[in-house]
Amino acid sequence: MYWNPAVERLNAKELEEIQERRLKALVNTVYHYSPFYRRRFKEAGVTPDDIKTLADLPKLPFTKKQDLRDTYPFGMFCVPLSQVVRFHASSGTTGKPTVVGYTANDIRNWVESLCRGLVSCGVGSDDIMQIAYGYGLFTGGLGFHYAAERIGATVLPISAGNTARQIELMKDLGSTVMACTPSYMIYLAEYASQMGVDIAEDTKLRAGIFGAEPWSEETRKRIEDRTGITAYDVYGTSELSGPLFTECTERNGIHIWADMFLIEIIDPKTGEQVGEGEKGELVVTTLTKEALPLIRWRTGDITYMESEKCGCGRTHPRIMRILGRADDMLIIRGVNVFPSQIEHVLMQIPEVGEHYMIIVDRREDGLDELTVQVELSERAEIDTTGDILRLEKKIAEKLKSVLNVWAKVEVVNPGTLQRFEGKAKRVIDRRKI
Amino acid sequence: MIKQISVFVENRPGRLAAVTEVLTKHEINIRAFTIADAGDFGIIRMVVDKTDEAYRALKDAGFTVRLTDVLAVEVEDRPGALNRIAKALGDAGVNIDYVYAFTSEKHKALIIFRVDNKEKAKEVLEKLGVLFKGEIG
Repeated sequence: MYWNPAVERLNAKELEEIQERRLKALVNTVYHYSPFYRRRFKEAGVTPDDIKTLADLPKLPFTKKQDLRDTYPFGMFCVPLSQVVRFHASSGTTGKPTVVGYTANDIRNWVESLCRGLVSCGVGSDDIMQIAYGYGLFTGGLGFHYAAERIGATVLPISAGNTARQIELMKDLGSTVMACTPSYMIYLAEYASQMGVDIAEDTKLRAGIFGAEPWSEETRKRIEDRTGITAYDVYGTSELSGPLFTECTERNGIHIWADMFLIEIIDPKTGEQVGEGEKGELVVTTLTKEALPLIRWRTGDITYMESEKCGCGRTHPRIMRILGRADDMLIIRGVNVFPSQIEHVLMQIPEVGEHYMIIVDRREDGLDELTVQVELSERAEIDTTGDILRLEKKIAEKLKSVLNVWAKVEVVNPGTLQRFEGKAKRVIDRRKI
Repeated sequence: MIKQISVFVENRPGRLAAVTEVLTKHEINIRAFTIADAGDFGIIRMVVDKTDEAYRALKDAGFTVRLTDVLAVEVEDRPGALNRIAKALGDAGVNIDYVYAFTSEKHKALIIFRVDNKEKAKEVLEKLGVLFKGEIG
């Protein structure tokens, strides 16, 4: 099933032609309408005339989150506010908030992109979609809302939180698809079993579209084993519009609609493009956005790219699971550690529950100390203190083999680590640098 | 053989109370009780009157709980009673993982063992005529 079969199956050459035409138009527009971009182009010594083919893309300067903060609130907008029909804003927990504006076309294209995604993972007009992403300034709730309505699904706009009510309505109204963060889905499943509700048996839920935070393949397996649903990954950031791209039923990467977005993978240190299949930072140029077009936007997300045609018949390139964020990367005793690597290890160990915390401290002697707290799974069989000590040792050894750095492992009681309703914040960095 | 309940608890104020509160709510009586501690955490081991109910109640409350078969020995509450048993097990090459004891109102002492070789230990204890075969009520 396709939402837009003609576009979703264009061949590589046709897609390139569209991209090239749109890139040239974009470069002209931003150069003429935005003092910010004109200044940036001048600093990079490039003019719109230098961009003749897609191969000229690396001549263009990067843009990043800091640029949006520096020009807060409207300095990077390329249309007058009279054409802006909506704002979304980031919470600003890691700095000044950033504001994203949308023209009517921007909203339409955002919805179009996510509609293609929803249909590609088998969501349709028979589905009841429970949207437990936050509504409001966060793009998750409203983004899913309009796309789900557009494809004719029934929307339950419950927003985030109020877990008992989520479960009650899921049962009573027969929700079939859940949209929320993966960590919230795990929490919700736990909460349901405490209420005596088995999601697999007592509800009609069959699929979930989870994102807004990096998660691992092992977490997918745990969600599926626990709830009996099929879990899909979704990608998008507020600057690019919001949730935009999902996996298809092949679940072998997330399709990025090439007629609207031009992607590159770069080495975050050098800024050079890396080869296909190589890990690096995802960089996106928006080809159709009007209010806030982005040229070579540094997403900060680490992934790799696959452009071979997918088994589902779609031709647009795919990015693989987000492996972490360039700025989430922890440097522990000189070693680069991604929280997603830690999750990957933990979720392979059956005695470990779904929740964990990562704590980084700097000792008095100046050495960094990594502590990983994990909840003991209710399934674990523990009779002696040696059982726990052996488990902690086993976890520490597995972490060491993947991370190349020793972590102190602390096993704690089930249900005692913090739960998250929105994006999980599992890293506490107490180092004073 | 009797059933013992083991519960994993972190070494923090209030964690023991969290366990005993569940037992109190279900009117479960503790017959024997011990905590093995290892720094950041401990393992509570106990023998209770309503084992299955206690197991389910603790599990529902979110604790990591395990049921273990342990040996119980009933001896007179007087000097030398434990020594006789420990020596017999030692002579038979049975290693004791842990042991704890409690006395009952009838001047008898009940000793709980976990050993590495249950079958061998059973044989030794039966020969001494001390293996407890009753119900913990």
